[in-house]
Amino acid sequence: MAVKSNLVNMAVVLGATCLLCSAVLGGAYALTKAPIEAAAAEKTNRAIGEVLPHFTAAEFVADGNYYKATDGDEVVGYAILSNVVGFGGNLSLMVGVTPDGVVYNTSVLSHSETPGLGAKCNTDSKFMDQWRGFNPSVKKLAVTKDGGDVDAITASTITSRAYTLAVANALDTFNGIAGQAGNDALTVMPGEDRASNNEGGQDNE
Amino acid sequence: MSKFKLITDGLVKNNPTFVLLLGMCPTLATTTSAINGLSMGLATLFVLVLSNMAISALAPAVPDKVHIPVYIVVIATFVTLLQLLMQAYTPAMYETLGLFIPLIVVNCIVLGRAEAFANKHGVLESACDGLGVGLGFTCSLTVLGLVREILGSGSAFGWNFIGGHDGMLAFVMAPGAFLCLGYLMVLFNKFLKKN
Repeated sequence: MAVKSNLVNMAVVLGATCLLCSAVLGGAYALTKAPIEAAAAEKTNRAIGEVLPHFTAAEFVADGNYYKATDGDEVVGYAILSNVVGFGGNLSLMVGVTPDGVVYNTSVLSHSETPGLGAKCNTDSKFMDQWRGFNPSVKKLAVTKDGGDVDAITASTITSRAYTLAVANALDTFNGIAGQAGNDALTVMPGEDRASNNEGGQDNE
Repeated sequence: MSKFKLITDGLVKNNPTFVLLLGMCPTLATTTSAINGLSMGLATLFVLVLSNMAISALAPAVPDKVHIPVYIVVIATFVTLLQLLMQAYTPAMYETLGLFIPLIVVNCIVLGRAEAFANKHGVLESACDGLGVGLGFTCSLTVLGLVREILGSGSAFGWNFIGGHDGMLAFVMAPGAFLCLGYLMVLFNKFLKKN
């Protein structure tokens, strides 16, 4: 090495390197801040579009952590954010509920489930399609193993239970919205079905 | 040494995965599918080339006793840069690999090449070395990911050929990673000895 390792040299070189690197990173952060936010916003918007029928405007309600989608004056549905703990970590869903209390569709925002097993909750069409038009007043919201009507992903019961729980939580939020609105047209689903499911979601095997 | 030989050395003779056995953590963790392996390889390649170049340029001015901290700062900067760029422009890829990107900082391939090669050679040679080793890593990870995907999920590069059935799930999980890596290593070294 050409430069001697005395205190001044070491401090100057290390200091200068850190200063230069932080300057580069600061610049990169400033440049990528807008695209990163745009990407996150686009992802949320795409998820809302997936889980709800056609709408013209979606307004975020921070109080209940949901989006209220309207087409003109008519409310077409609610896109509700729902976070639960899955098998590998947080499982975050967007659940679309139409004003009659039926699940329109669901979409995974983020998950950390096992690749090839639980991660299929985001790709397995058999599992995903059963949430389209899921009516909690007709079908029981629990996996078949727990006596419900939700077909679990093969070898991923815990993930499937967590997913089911996330949908149940979203429906709870919806019932809260419906109750607040005091609208008779909004049906409130029976409570006992979900009470048993909540236990199932916490279960570990 | 010619530049071309530097690149092919990294691919075969100094292959980081099958010969040097470096960077095993991302190798085992990210190769659940061919696409994931390929993306992780390319991400490492990006960091490796840039850090090799920067370190070979900086090396003469760095006092010996602080060379490791300086190299780590340089490498961490490139990794963070990559993380920001991926988050901004390839959010889907970032979602799959996001967790493993910061780990590139402590990937021993990157620091290993800085120590063993870049601080003794010129910028251009170091870039070639980074490119070679990076390509070697990328190819190994893609092959490993492909084998595990075929066995474990019955698909190749996301294209399913067993009609929606499950593959041998063990190969997607950690035990399958070790098994596949072991067998591929045997095959690779047998092929290497013959030539």
